[in-house]
Amino acid sequence: MAETEVPTDGSSGKPGRWPDRWIGKSVPRKEDAALLTGSARFIDDMEPVAGLRHAAILRSPYAHAKITSIDASAALALSGVYGVVTGEQVAEYLRGIPSVVRTPIRFMPIAIDKARFVGEPVAVVVARDRYLAEDALDLIEVEYEPLDAAIDAEAAMADDAPVLHDVAGSNVAGHRTIINGDPESAFDEAAHVVSLDFHIQRYSSTPMETYGVVANFESVPDRYTVWSNFQGPFVIQPLMAGALGVPGNRLRLITAQASGGSFGIKQGVAAYIVLLCAVSRILGVPVKWTEDRLEHLAASSAATGRSGTVTGAFAADGELTALRFRNINDMGAFLRPPEPASVYRMQSTLNGCYGVQNIHTENYLVVTNKVPVGLNRGYGGTQFFYSLERFMDHAARELNIDPVDLRRRNFIDKDAFPYETPGGSVMDAGDYQKCVDELEARADYQALKKRRDEKRAEGKLYGIGIACAVEPSGSNMGYVSLAQTPEERAKSGAKSGANSSVVISMDPSGGVTVQLDSTPNGQGHATVTAQIVADALGITPDDVDVITEIDTMTSPWSIGSGNYGNRFSVAVTDAVVEGADRVARKLKIMAADQLECAVEDVELVEGQARIVGSDKALSLTRVGTQAHWNPVNLPDGVEPGIYETTTVTADLDGPTPEDTVASSVTYGAIFDLAAVEIDAETGRITIEKYVSVHDVGELLNPKIVEGQIIGGFVHGLGGAMFEEMTYDEDGNFLSGTFADYLCPTAMEVPDFEVGHVPTPSPKTKLGAKGLGDGSSMLAPAALTNAVADALGRADISPPLTMPKVWRWLQETKA
Amino acid sequence: MTRLSGNSKHSVRMTVNGRAHEGYAEPRMLLADFLRHELGLYGTHVGCEHGVCGACTVLIDGVPSRSCTQYAVQADGASIETVESLADGDTLNALQAAFRNNHALQCGFCTAGILMSATAFLEETPAPTELQVREMLSGHICRCTGYDGIVRAILEAAGVQAEGKAA
Repeated sequence: MAETEVPTDGSSGKPGRWPDRWIGKSVPRKEDAALLTGSARFIDDMEPVAGLRHAAILRSPYAHAKITSIDASAALALSGVYGVVTGEQVAEYLRGIPSVVRTPIRFMPIAIDKARFVGEPVAVVVARDRYLAEDALDLIEVEYEPLDAAIDAEAAMADDAPVLHDVAGSNVAGHRTIINGDPESAFDEAAHVVSLDFHIQRYSSTPMETYGVVANFESVPDRYTVWSNFQGPFVIQPLMAGALGVPGNRLRLITAQASGGSFGIKQGVAAYIVLLCAVSRILGVPVKWTEDRLEHLAASSAATGRSGTVTGAFAADGELTALRFRNINDMGAFLRPPEPASVYRMQSTLNGCYGVQNIHTENYLVVTNKVPVGLNRGYGGTQFFYSLERFMDHAARELNIDPVDLRRRNFIDKDAFPYETPGGSVMDAGDYQKCVDELEARADYQALKKRRDEKRAEGKLYGIGIACAVEPSGSNMGYVSLAQTPEERAKSGAKSGANSSVVISMDPSGGVTVQLDSTPNGQGHATVTAQIVADALGITPDDVDVITEIDTMTSPWSIGSGNYGNRFSVAVTDAVVEGADRVARKLKIMAADQLECAVEDVELVEGQARIVGSDKALSLTRVGTQAHWNPVNLPDGVEPGIYETTTVTADLDGPTPEDTVASSVTYGAIFDLAAVEIDAETGRITIEKYVSVHDVGELLNPKIVEGQIIGGFVHGLGGAMFEEMTYDEDGNFLSGTFADYLCPTAMEVPDFEVGHVPTPSPKTKLGAKGLGDGSSMLAPAALTNAVADALGRADISPPLTMPKVWRWLQETKA
Repeated sequence: MTRLSGNSKHSVRMTVNGRAHEGYAEPRMLLADFLRHELGLYGTHVGCEHGVCGACTVLIDGVPSRSCTQYAVQADGASIETVESLADGDTLNALQAAFRNNHALQCGFCTAGILMSATAFLEETPAPTELQVREMLSGHICRCTGYDGIVRAILEAAGVQAEGKAA
């Protein structure tokens, strides 16, 4: 790419060689050199405190069992074993964590009297090294009394199903109906009513780096310090402190310099942070634990599984007038905070890309004997858009309207933005017709339909699938309380907004450093931040150091901090722009004083503070360091030092009494098309074409945007084609290795074509929207639609594995 | 074959990145753990500990090998190369630079193993097709990039222009 030609080191400071702006350029990543040379440090590379001992965790082999006794004497007798901690001991120092849902169920990170999923922690061994700790696990005698397990969520709702939590008396931990508009009348008046049952499985984005925690309890004063690869949302920090029974400033969380991917999954590290804090306190030693892959697959987290029915009302011309969703959500063994956020994240955008005004939603939150669910790429969007977009393709077939055409008839018009959805979101900008023009052109849709006709004439199984989604980004911290009734919300404190904090400083040598609260896991936040600050201060991205570690004792942070909800490019960048502008303003005031000119006449360019249109200039370092070296002689009103802390929030209020809420800051859009051919003999699916058109608003760094989009697609591809956390009917976990849990490799990724139709967001300072979820939310819908089209049947569900497709083919033949 | 006592540590000598190293390992200590925690070479990462993901790949006597499925004592006397061997000081080698230019990494956790496999691959296959690159890469799992940037980077390092997947 031509725009990468601009050198980003200080040597480029020759007149005329600087770009107008660094933002918008594919600036090479600041993060890469350390990662490529093996010098970046991840959590397992750290020994941050002396005297570390190593933990291994004994886990339940049963999906559901009473724990009648634990005998750790043989383990304790092993030389090198420092201690064994059981759930009962942990319970003395750790309270169960409540969910926002009014249920007596509390989440505990270790089983006490009962194990509720295979892999649930039962005891923790601490020893000199991990090998020894694992030896000791084998010596712990646990007596279990196995119970029948509730594995299938729908079956778990039955009156006679085994109950996970006796205190709740039922596996239905929550049930809410929310009605926006007047769906009942719309259904009464409909020319057509179409319905589709659906199911989407539980799967996981499985970051390559597993969880890691170092927990240290200091007794004078009482304080827990934790190093980990937790990624937020930091709204969980006060919950963790509450569980440990300490004020928030006595639970110090520090994140590692580098984090090996997350895709939301590392939110689940929180469970192990509190568990290992308790263990460190009980044994009086600092404890390190690194999750292994089996532990990760069995017991870290999963995407929410969902089955249910979508029903839609259509006018005679194909206008979608109402939608009804009945969702049964498979939450796993607990409602582990921030759940049930996965169920409510899309609540205010249930209209998708469409102008439908009347929506009825019924959600069941069902606990099952499986690992609890949590954040996973596309959080809540994958499940929702799977149901909506499967439904739209199915309805098109039922109504005998082309699926692209049916969508076009229902899109929100570009002139209708900002558009208030029935659920209360204010969608910022978009041009969905133009996006689909681009999709049709790139895919050559008309030719593709001819190809399908020709293939079918030859007796081949060929199908085309379409799907589209909006991409809510920058989450309102208030949306999760939609899980409560308006009356319940009125009793608890109000919640709103989306805070972001940043510190920008210039040190006495002129070094510029930015501290972020976004805990990235590979998304290039440092690079984009450096681009923004370089633009504001007239320096290069290489002149800007970016710190991405959070230390809750020394960094600015808030409950919104962390890496989730496509937060960076909409919320964090706003804080960076604001902070950088403040620093630039201060530098200009100082420069004007030294250059003896008006502040308005100073520009910061090419490493200098310059009088506009003249050669008169001072180096920025010379100007800025005066704040440290010569504070007495600063202009009036200028504070000594350069250390600007900026916290901004998006203007997003909490839910209304009518159950509406603006869930997010921006709403990007995604339009996907998949064309597949299925081998009738084997069931093998060949993805012949996959085209994806995105509206991400302004592209802050096109190369990083492209990487995010392709990566998101491949997550969706995995969920569509291969990945499932599988259990047998007794709840035994069957996908505990990467040989059983199949992620796409380079051989499975088809050609993937990306188009952009950006409409800048009026809600963000840079016009950017969020983009991290991308086609991870859509590929399961688009590909299942294509396979349904090829097979001519609607009753299929992902993952579209070869054996499953083969079985469907046999059923069709029979 | 030498018999080693299971309960005690044994001296293990190996040449790592051209330099002689000595450390101590129980017979069951994995090579990956030895490199990381005994020799302090943390650039090698462990992703699955069962030989599937490829993150821990190092070159043992020039051959790409999973360091998570063999013991350190098995590599006694071997010559090992890890990701730390690739750059010349601060200067990335051609393969590393190609990874940077092609956005072939995001979180970077799987990258070390891929770089080591690709290093050996390009020595044996200096002008690979895209399909050959993808076949080699299929021994590695990357969850961030979707692999496209990695494929482009390896082809660029080989001096081959990326063409269609059928090439």
